[in-house]
Amino acid sequence: MSLRWDVLLAILAMAVATYAARAGGYAVLRAWRPPRFVEAMLVHLPGCIFVAFILPSVAAGGPWHLLAAAVAVVMMVFTRMLTLSLLAGVAVLWVMLG
Amino acid sequence: MSPPVTFTWAGFRDGVRLVLPLLASFTPFGLVVGVLSAGEGLSMLEAGLMSALVFAGTSQLVALGAWGSPVPVLAVALAVFIINIRMAPMSAALAPWFDGLNGWRLWTSLFTVTDHSFAISVAEMRRGKRDAAMLLGLGVPTWLSWIGMVCLGHALAGVVTLRPGHPLLFAGLATMCALLVTLWRGRGDVLPWGVAGAVGLAVQAIGLGAPWPVLAGALAGSAAGAVRDMRRI
Repeated sequence: MSLRWDVLLAILAMAVATYAARAGGYAVLRAWRPPRFVEAMLVHLPGCIFVAFILPSVAAGGPWHLLAAAVAVVMMVFTRMLTLSLLAGVAVLWVMLG
Repeated sequence: MSPPVTFTWAGFRDGVRLVLPLLASFTPFGLVVGVLSAGEGLSMLEAGLMSALVFAGTSQLVALGAWGSPVPVLAVALAVFIINIRMAPMSAALAPWFDGLNGWRLWTSLFTVTDHSFAISVAEMRRGKRDAAMLLGLGVPTWLSWIGMVCLGHALAGVVTLRPGHPLLFAGLATMCALLVTLWRGRGDVLPWGVAGAVGLAVQAIGLGAPWPVLAGALAGSAAGAVRDMRRI
């Protein structure tokens, strides 16, 4: 089990960068009272982050990824069972790409 | 005024109960990061340490893609920051819970925010849950299993052939798709979500990579929602 100095340095730098990104958004809000428009945006932010992250990632994978994602969403809408829904999505992709 | 934020074992246990069924969906991703770490010459100690301290899978995957000897420390750290900056607006959106916390409770809870714990927490927060210990309840099992799966992948490197692009790796995105459903509040979400998706796709189409599609899409979508809401008042 070795621990090289350059690897350790890289890991520590990655850790600091990640924590700054994670905590930074809230730290700014804690220090500064946002205007009303920003508060109104925060209400919509959670869903919008997810949509803006998922859609481009899935689209980059191609039509079968889009189909698999749609199956996961539809499954969740009708069953509300998370595990079943994600398995359905993976299964569709596996069958189509397999 | 809403009731004060609490931080109890019961809230922690609620988080654990909600996240346990999800842990299996993170497994393939952890294994791949472990296999790639071994391929880049990291020891298991180094791979485990990275997973424990960084705890952000996509960014670890990208960092390993830019690995070398000696490691390009600044380039790797910058790439990680760019991938993970999407979590800044997440912690901002969880402010109603964080505002009620101080000291180690606040700073450790902030460390455990992930895409999945964020979605589950926001859905619970909107239902009126005020126990912020749920974040740690969601985060601690995820953190432990993440470290475990990366180390397992490292140990299995050479035995398993789980490459990037394998359908099993879609489990992460499929989970996010399912969680997105729990964030849906009704027809009022059509406009902000539609703008977020369209802008995200457009930014990607003009050739900009992470984090620009998610940042531009999220900001444009929530701004569209805010403009509409403020006009109504």
